[in-house]
Amino acid sequence: MLLPMFQSLEDSGIGAAIRDSLWLFPIVEAFHLVGLAIIGGAILVVDFRLLGLGLCGHAVSRLARDMQPWVIGSLVVMILSGVPLFLSEAIKCYYSFAFWTKMTALVLAVVFTFTIRRSVSFAPDGRFSPASCRAVALTSIALWSLVGWGGRWIGFS
Amino acid sequence: MSLRHLAQWLADTEWSIALHESQYAYATIESIHVWALCLFVGFAVLLDLRLVSAIFRDVPVSHMVRRLLPWTKVGFAVMVVSGILLFYAIPLRTYLNIFFRIKVVLLMLAGLNAFVFHRGIYRMVSEWDVGVPPPRQARRAGIYSLALWAAIVFSGRLIAYNWFDCGKLQPGLVSTLAGCTAEDVDPYQ
Repeated sequence: MLLPMFQSLEDSGIGAAIRDSLWLFPIVEAFHLVGLAIIGGAILVVDFRLLGLGLCGHAVSRLARDMQPWVIGSLVVMILSGVPLFLSEAIKCYYSFAFWTKMTALVLAVVFTFTIRRSVSFAPDGRFSPASCRAVALTSIALWSLVGWGGRWIGFS
Repeated sequence: MSLRHLAQWLADTEWSIALHESQYAYATIESIHVWALCLFVGFAVLLDLRLVSAIFRDVPVSHMVRRLLPWTKVGFAVMVVSGILLFYAIPLRTYLNIFFRIKVVLLMLAGLNAFVFHRGIYRMVSEWDVGVPPPRQARRAGIYSLALWAAIVFSGRLIAYNWFDCGKLQPGLVSTLAGCTAEDVDPYQ
């Protein structure tokens, strides 16, 4: 069922344009990587704080609120650059374990970030126990790392 | 012994060949390199954004430096070690790669920019630590750093592509800057 859909995505104009160009894929990929660095820093600095590392002495909610637009902004850059990369090799992705791992992890990471992690990090300090904060931070780091790892391994498959 | 000979000698060592031919080691090291990018460049960007007052305005700059820099250094150490291993896996081709050379120059500029910042305006940080926009030199250091790291990520990613490898049809200037000689042919053709 999915395969014909992936086939038509692969045949799309954007996909074909990227495949036909020497420069497009690497350039779009480089933007994807710059977006990764920014989302990585914006996610990690709050998770580190929840773990009691990094910017201690500053309210988690203050840091999390400041980072929110950067997380959303870099996520938009990641998606805008990631979709064309996918379109250029949709069939390869269909058969790639790394791709499906990444997409599953991405959905989980986004949902987790904008629900549980958001409630915990936006709450006043002390509302949630240090243990729950640590659990949220470790889950977030694990999910986003899996997204990054899966993404990198699409290229190796 | 020239750098080129050194790269050739490295390429002929047993461990370099093993890394190059391994199924998982190279990919794993590259994944670590990318993960550490988030920690290292991600945290460096946070300090830069603070210097241009884009984020964390009520966090003193000295806190950012004291609390985040140790982690940035951990990230940097992982980047350097994994980066050297990636170079070691493909020494000669990387040494003769124009984007690798651009990346090395940009890295030196980024290091110089950080050195000038820490030895210069940062020594007077108590005067602009919080509540006021950082002085022009600090803002400039932040902007230079943002631009340099973005360019470093770009050139790093482009090392993987072989358009400008020696032996490929390319402008003479690229050939010269990449250190290609007449007898260099594309080792992967």
